Amino acid sequence: MKKSVLFGLVTAAIFSTNVQADTLEDVKKAGMLKCGVSTGLAGFSQKDEKGNWSGLDVDVCRGVAAAVLGDASKVSYKPLTAKERFTALQSGEIDILSRNTTWTATRDTSLGLNFAGVVYYDGAGFMVNKKLGIDSALKLDGAAACIQAGTSTELAIADYFRENNMKYKVVTFETSDQTRSGFESGRCDFLVSDQSQLYSLRIGLKDPEGAVVLPEVISKEPLGPVVRQGDDKWFNIVKWSLNAMIEGEFQGVTSANADEMAKSGKPGQKRLLGSEGDLGEKLGLSADWAHQIIKQVGNYSESFERNVGMGSALKISRGLNAQWNKGGILYSPAMR
Amino acid sequence: MQTNKSKNSSATPKAAFYNRAEVRSVIFQVIVFLGLAYFFYTIYNNTMTNMEARGIRTGFGFMSQPAGFDILLSLIPFEATDSYGRTFFVGLLNTLLVSAISIVFATLLGFLVGVSRLSSNWLVAKVATVFVETFRNIPLLLQIFFWYFAVLATLPGVRDSISVADSIFVNVRGLSVPKIVWSDGASIVFYALLAAIAGAFFLSRWARKRQENTGQPFPTLWATLGLIIGLPLLTFLIAGSPASVEVPKLEGFGFKGGMTLIPELVALTVALSVYTAAFIAEAVRAGVQSVSHGQVEAAAALGLPHAKVLRFVTIPQALRVIVPPLNSQYQNLIKNSSLAMAIGYPDLVAVFMGSTLNQVGQAVEIVFMTMMVYLLINLTLSMFMNWYNARIKLVER
Amino acid sequence: MDNTFTPIEARKPPSSAIGPIAWMKESLFSSPVNTLLTVFFAYIIIRFIPPVLDWAFISANWVGTTQDECTKSGACWIFIKQWSGQLLYGSYPEELRWRVNLALIGLVAVVVMQFFLPQHLRRRVGWVSLLVYPLISIWLMYGGLGLETVSTDKWGGFSLNILLAFAGILMSLPIGIIWALGRQSQMPFVKVVCISSIELFRGVPLITILFMGSVMLPLFFPAGVQLDKLMRAFIAITLFQSAYMAEVIRGGLQAIPKGQVEAANSLGLGYWKTMRLIVLPQALKISIPNIVNTFIALFKDTTLVLIIGLFEILSTIQAALQNSNWLGGHHIEGYVFVAFVFWVFCYTMSRISVHIEQKLNTGHSRS
Repeated sequence: MKKSVLFGLVTAAIFSTNVQADTLEDVKKAGMLKCGVSTGLAGFSQKDEKGNWSGLDVDVCRGVAAAVLGDASKVSYKPLTAKERFTALQSGEIDILSRNTTWTATRDTSLGLNFAGVVYYDGAGFMVNKKLGIDSALKLDGAAACIQAGTSTELAIADYFRENNMKYKVVTFETSDQTRSGFESGRCDFLVSDQSQLYSLRIGLKDPEGAVVLPEVISKEPLGPVVRQGDDKWFNIVKWSLNAMIEGEFQGVTSANADEMAKSGKPGQKRLLGSEGDLGEKLGLSADWAHQIIKQVGNYSESFERNVGMGSALKISRGLNAQWNKGGILYSPAMR
Repeated sequence: MQTNKSKNSSATPKAAFYNRAEVRSVIFQVIVFLGLAYFFYTIYNNTMTNMEARGIRTGFGFMSQPAGFDILLSLIPFEATDSYGRTFFVGLLNTLLVSAISIVFATLLGFLVGVSRLSSNWLVAKVATVFVETFRNIPLLLQIFFWYFAVLATLPGVRDSISVADSIFVNVRGLSVPKIVWSDGASIVFYALLAAIAGAFFLSRWARKRQENTGQPFPTLWATLGLIIGLPLLTFLIAGSPASVEVPKLEGFGFKGGMTLIPELVALTVALSVYTAAFIAEAVRAGVQSVSHGQVEAAAALGLPHAKVLRFVTIPQALRVIVPPLNSQYQNLIKNSSLAMAIGYPDLVAVFMGSTLNQVGQAVEIVFMTMMVYLLINLTLSMFMNWYNARIKLVER
Repeated sequence: MDNTFTPIEARKPPSSAIGPIAWMKESLFSSPVNTLLTVFFAYIIIRFIPPVLDWAFISANWVGTTQDECTKSGACWIFIKQWSGQLLYGSYPEELRWRVNLALIGLVAVVVMQFFLPQHLRRRVGWVSLLVYPLISIWLMYGGLGLETVSTDKWGGFSLNILLAFAGILMSLPIGIIWALGRQSQMPFVKVVCISSIELFRGVPLITILFMGSVMLPLFFPAGVQLDKLMRAFIAITLFQSAYMAEVIRGGLQAIPKGQVEAANSLGLGYWKTMRLIVLPQALKISIPNIVNTFIALFKDTTLVLIIGLFEILSTIQAALQNSNWLGGHHIEGYVFVAFVFWVFCYTMSRISVHIEQKLNTGHSRS
């Protein structure tokens, strides 16, 4: 008797079965979106003292939850390490992986996964000590590099130095925080990391002014949410939830004016917010899906500024991540 | 026939077929076997199905593909264009290197601390106790962080290196020392060293035999030491010093030339040695305390000086108690060396199960290989320690 | 005339034999080497202890809520203070943390009971609590049956370390006993299976087993069935710990004289009865100090689950260091805090282990 109760409890606690064919149904049934995030990356997915998650990657999940469940807070965050992130998605432990993951051809084709878009255009860059007086990465011949293990940066830096016939020494750390400590102590001359992280790492230095970020960007690191292959309906929902945020900024719809625009906006704004057309129905969602995203999470610009931009401690400028008509390459396909 | 049978059954009344011990044991084993076979078959089947469904590659084909990343420390030549298979050996050798060095230091330090705890000097005994209780009770991972990020990171930068005689430099990037560059004809020195070691081996055997037969002691330690150092040195001088010294020089970003001991290796070695030494110290203390006072007193009564009492009476007997726990401490140390990944020392786990796994994504093969390697190392060590234990065991007559 | 002999009062020992000076002469400066050692260690202590105390207490920052208020040169304990909820309970909902506390108090109660209950009750209550307590604590932590459910990805902090260690030791006890008995079995196949299990899980580092649990285990189950992440870590830890436990218990089994088994056999007891009534109670009893020692080792090893992304105390510190409001580099404070917490717990337990050993020492020495 006792044993069977224990078994029942344990079984309920540890096993959960799901039919992977229809993620949308599963999410609706559970009333909760299971979102794989990083264990801690400033500006992208971070916990605060109360255990609440915030960040650009987190906002993607919140957006999807708002679109599907009508409530951006209905997200269960599953912090993942770099090594287990794909397994977690493949096995159905999470519904969506939003964990600063670089979109590469290999990952798109050999892991049974699909990238649903780009939330941040990133690239590996260099940070050097100002005292060295170096203004270009091409002068780093013979220097020592601090990098994080298990990242695509590890490959990019090897390629870059080989291409330019330069030598370097590499010190590989487990976390980005440790690469910072290594750089700070002088263990290496420069730190290589995705640009987005370089800024947060620089702020963490005891003397942020003593380090400069070099102009070279040596790799393409488009970061975006990932879903399982074979569920096109869910793939579309994630893809268009992200696009809705981008389009929201382009159309000038913000969390503050979304309600008003839905009633009296331009046709494009109305179509986005669901008061015209049947986009929501086609996606298998309610008509106001995008309205909910923008109202609860904000458009892309709001999310960007709040988490990594000028409204945050990181103060990253938009750069490549500005709208296409403002000097960036952010471009949502037509919302019609 | 009849009588024979009744004789047998009179002693033990014949149990039912299924109640006989041998039969039961066979049935039980068959059940266990079938259960395990089913278990492993299911796992294998599920894994294969899952991997196929998810498009994960299988097999060891990746081992020959180019790795594409660099490694900080390699005992064999390695470049980014070398294969994943080679990263395995680079990692393995680095694991063995740090384990071997740490085992030596942990043993020395452990014996020192263990004996210090029994010291008559109050302060020394207390310091040893604090050492043991501190390092034994804090997770090793934290200690590795401590040595690397808190202690070694405070060393001066490359340009402000502490230098000794302008040839040895200490800085945050490690310890740079002059390297001996052998020129042609140096191999004879190497052969001389081999010959000296062989000679020392035979000398000590002869000395032991003579002592057993005649009771005459022979200064074996000094003689062998002199042989091993003296013979190669003599050959070196006779051969006309076929070597030169390469002094490290500050050039560009760091030191060029010479040999450099990287701080990751130092921090890991210190952390592993100190942590394990705390446990070894306890084993040593228990061992020394297990030798009865009478033994020491009797030896003293025979007029043996303190050092000889230690060497001939206390230590040989204490070793019997110390060696079995030493074996498991050594195994723990080797396993703990896998925490190297925390500070970027490129050991097997960091290189192969870290970088390579991340690039290749074939978790099953890589994790399996890594586990097997550690198992093999530990079993080998265990066999050696058991052999040694059997050798020093009390021979009862 | 009084003939009684009245001795004169005993003289005090000469001042060179007692008192602080004599003590110092005896135990600090008894020989030149000792004097040298004393001076050396005294120098080290004087040189390094005051700056550490200054950093940790005198110049430390205690009051405030943000890192900007850490203005003094010493440690920024505000960081620890602000994150203390996370460090102890993880993301467990604040209003439900009493449940974690209750489970931990129950744990202490169960352990303490073993020492203070009268002898005749101890064993009976011990077994019952060993079976019932885990159920109650799982119920308290996870919820269900009238309590609000708290999914395991919200569990974390130091309570997770404690939970993993205790759950690991409890689960590994039965498995360890089976493996240890199997290792001594007469049945060759069973023996081989048990020996290989023990040697396999004892011979590889815990992090490789954790990795196995984290990236390989999900592949072992048919599609659609998932195992909770915490559960996978727990399985990995249990397998690792069971191998150690089996070796500890084997040590205990080997210490039981053969005569005990033979006597039991001659009384007509079967294998399981012999083991359950005669051998195991004695073997487990003398294994207790070693079980506590492996427990301490396991407790320290629970920090390793950080590499598979569980928020135990050390990875909570690392996550906190990544928060954009706390990017000022509070590593030392964080690590010192964790080290201190672990030290207090492990040291206490090692004292308990020594205590039990001394207590148990009475039963078996027969010289």
